[in-house]
Amino acid sequence: MVRSLLIRGMLVGVLAGLLVFGFAKLFGEPQVDRAIAFETAMDEAKMKADLAKGIHHEEEPELVSRPMQASWGLLTGVMVYATAFGGLFALVFAFAYGRLSTLGPRADSALLALLGFLSLYVVPNLKYPANPPSVGNPDTIGIRTALYFSMMALSVAAMIGAVTLCRRLLPKYGVWSAALIASAAYLAAVVVVGALLPSVNEVPADFPAVVLWRFRIDALGMQAIMWATFGLVFGALTERASIGRLHRISGHAAVPWR
Amino acid sequence: MIDTTIGSDTVAPIPVREILPWLVFGALMLLAIYFVGAEEGATSIFKGMYVHEWVHDSRHLLGFPCH
Repeated sequence: MVRSLLIRGMLVGVLAGLLVFGFAKLFGEPQVDRAIAFETAMDEAKMKADLAKGIHHEEEPELVSRPMQASWGLLTGVMVYATAFGGLFALVFAFAYGRLSTLGPRADSALLALLGFLSLYVVPNLKYPANPPSVGNPDTIGIRTALYFSMMALSVAAMIGAVTLCRRLLPKYGVWSAALIASAAYLAAVVVVGALLPSVNEVPADFPAVVLWRFRIDALGMQAIMWATFGLVFGALTERASIGRLHRISGHAAVPWR
Repeated sequence: MIDTTIGSDTVAPIPVREILPWLVFGALMLLAIYFVGAEEGATSIFKGMYVHEWVHDSRHLLGFPCH
């Protein structure tokens, strides 16, 4: 059971990766190119100024060409990321199925994807938003990475706590009120965490605002596509598989979860 | 009395002991995400910058800190 869920999750991850890659290629890459053009212009200006002062810079060798980064490199990164998250999604689903709700696989899958999208991407990115090339000081990469992953971990922990709380409150308050109280608890927890963690703002003063905005919206779009694919396609396939199983057991057409 | 379930059907959850062995794969997935998101940035398993440069665009677009 878990084995087939895991394989299904990774296959849905492959599909999600292809969709995300298409979107990233079409919308995200032009913003990356604009950001790199800005970076190059800044570097050249700095080099010229330094040369006037008599300081010489060695050209850094290019390990991977821009066209490679923007095609096969992007495809590799997105596919590995989406397939791995698809597998993780399936493992969490194996645990959540029948525990999160009693609505069946489609609803459990959609709900899990929504909670994953919110806690793993939307909330951490409100505190530490995605940045295009040329935004970010190389000297602070260590602390920025630690902060970003901490925010992610705390957000997920708060979400697990909120779901647990919701289940505890369910018998006394009913679904609507229990879910509202749990949502408020999650929101309060991440607002406190977000307020306590230090802010990072390393956007160069004259970096084009429109490029930054579009880059971040495109990054959000990629995540929305990935999690929507997980939630909807994984749920539909799992639903179909469980109907098939019931069909085999009972020997006649069973249509549960309608 | 308040109904405590959302749906009408009850679904038997998969026992936790059946899920546990599969968490090994979860660790592998996390390692894969680490390579896309952080290798040769904040920390390095391999020397050089090749992995970082190869997944450069996806690292930025997937929201990870880069450079």
